[in-house]
Amino acid sequence: MQRSWRRRFHLPAVIGTIPMILVAVGVFVIGIGFSVLWSFTSSKLFPTYDFVGLAQYRRLWADSRWLVSVNNIWFFGLMSISCNMVFGYLLAVFMDQRIRQEDLFRSIFLYPFAMSLIVTGLVWQWVLDPNLGLQAAMRNLGWSSFSFAPLVDANTAIYALVVAGIWQGSGVTMAILLAGLRGVDEEIWKAARVDGIPTWRTHLSIVAPMMKGAFATAFVLQCVGVVRVYDLVIAMTGGGPGIATSMPAVYVIQLITVRQNVGQGMAAATMMLLPVLVVLAFSGLVLWRRNRRQEARV
Amino acid sequence: MDMAQNGTSVSIQDLSLNFGAVSVLKTLNLDVAQGEFVVLLGPSGCGKSTLLNCVAGLLDISEGRIFIKGKNVTWEEPKDRGIGMVFQSYALYPQMTVEKNLSFGLRVAGLPRDEIVKRIARAAEILQIEPLLQRKPSALSGGQRQRVAIGRALVRDVDVFLFDEPLSNLDAKLRSELRVEIKLLHRKLQNTMIYVTHDQIEAMTLADRIAVMKGGVIQQLDAPQTIYNRPVNRFVAGFLGSPAMNFVEGRLEKHGDGWSFVAEDLKIPLGTYQFDGQPEAGPAVFGIRPEHVSLNSGTGWPFSTSANVEVVEPMGSDTLVWLKLAQQKFSVRVTSERTPQNDEAVTLGFDPMRASLFDAETGGRI
Repeated sequence: MQRSWRRRFHLPAVIGTIPMILVAVGVFVIGIGFSVLWSFTSSKLFPTYDFVGLAQYRRLWADSRWLVSVNNIWFFGLMSISCNMVFGYLLAVFMDQRIRQEDLFRSIFLYPFAMSLIVTGLVWQWVLDPNLGLQAAMRNLGWSSFSFAPLVDANTAIYALVVAGIWQGSGVTMAILLAGLRGVDEEIWKAARVDGIPTWRTHLSIVAPMMKGAFATAFVLQCVGVVRVYDLVIAMTGGGPGIATSMPAVYVIQLITVRQNVGQGMAAATMMLLPVLVVLAFSGLVLWRRNRRQEARV
Repeated sequence: MDMAQNGTSVSIQDLSLNFGAVSVLKTLNLDVAQGEFVVLLGPSGCGKSTLLNCVAGLLDISEGRIFIKGKNVTWEEPKDRGIGMVFQSYALYPQMTVEKNLSFGLRVAGLPRDEIVKRIARAAEILQIEPLLQRKPSALSGGQRQRVAIGRALVRDVDVFLFDEPLSNLDAKLRSELRVEIKLLHRKLQNTMIYVTHDQIEAMTLADRIAVMKGGVIQQLDAPQTIYNRPVNRFVAGFLGSPAMNFVEGRLEKHGDGWSFVAEDLKIPLGTYQFDGQPEAGPAVFGIRPEHVSLNSGTGWPFSTSANVEVVEPMGSDTLVWLKLAQQKFSVRVTSERTPQNDEAVTLGFDPMRASLFDAETGGRI
């Protein structure tokens, strides 16, 4: 017992990771704990301990702004993740053709991800601003009827966000999928060619299934990015026009800072945590079952 | 082309391949007869796999033409060439069951369902992989995987099988087992097979003819025994045979009306040696295989001499005895029960008829 404990935990390693453990426990666990705790209180500007049960959740789900936020995040998430995956894969395939200047292209594609969304979001906002960006430029060139101002239209603003999200995220997806693609043995491709399988079919039926791990990694990264999407919205639309592009993270921050309603903000934050927990529990279950099956085989 | 009538299955004519400025294959010619088993043998980097990839259509060639069954397939897609290929890494599709691995290409080609079932059943029976059909490649052993890979070539119902070092990833025991199976398969199917390997035992045992390659050029193309007994140059002589052929460096000299090989105090009369052409006096290399030298077996040999044993290497079935001849390392293969001891004085004898003489400069056979 004593020996197995020592074998599993090397003292220097434990000491080395103590700061990280403290941060993780302090910030994540305790912070999340208080969030959940306060979501059951009537806290306004400052947290209190006046418990009101599920009242904040009932008010939250009656708030049209929250409902719009939830709708938006689903739309934004589905659109940007699926497009990111498709574009990322296509870019990776393109990069895998042994093109010249591969490093340059990879840098270009990865650049959006390396920069702060506050900066790139601002640039996008300028480009799409009717008085500054594309529309103004086209009109100055003489096309006076040209109209392109997606950010000021409540129906199209979310699409602009999706496009910016894809622009920002597909480079990372490409990098991950490219690594996966490079991991596929060249002889697999040769075998498929001898078998007479068209290239697209080889990608779809043979290579993509071999890259399950890379796809999963890219997908999880995208999901995390979507759930916490905040800076992009703030930089480009501020949640507007009106509440058209509000997202849960934006909603939470606004409730806490602007509307001084910590209780309901925490309820919203807890609701954001819920799907993440479900996904985590599910993946944990899958992993656990796979391990058990492997042990059973051995 | 009149190749088909002549029974030529694969014909490679003046094939060259350059990667940029690097010439990988140099105006190479090779005709493979219908049903013949040709092995491309050579050290790594000699271009043997490259040549096979060219035949398969996986590499575009720079110059020359390739005919398969009399049809010019130089610019055809691999699937239209009537070839099946087996790879070193097996290259099975890992997410598919064995059955799907076998059937996928056929389904994509749009073959009728019952025909696919029939072909898979036949291949599975020939290769004895019926119990494995529903398994994924990850649940198979190396030998089973290679069998499935052969099956994937088999179901394509092609004339020519191409093997790219198919046994190199297997351990020694499995390798010799599968070697026999491939030989049996060839007997059963009577297909043309082109087989790439760097393993001379595989080449010797499997081939009808061996093409020994070096530097993108076929050095010698002949039956295994001919290549073994009468190598055309020093490279071929040294590459084939384990333990390797002995080489003694010296001079070719004419004494009276007979030729002799002279190195220091050693003088080998070449009365029984068959020269390839008209010999000339000058530097030469004398080569003889360790098993063609006899130890302590009397003086009835055309040539015999004495030497001291330096090292004895028992190898199980026989023993390799190392000694020095004209100050140069020389090995003798002994199969008799009584093997000599270290430092023992022995007499050795051989018939120069079994030897090979090479030009010291060009390495060509004299």
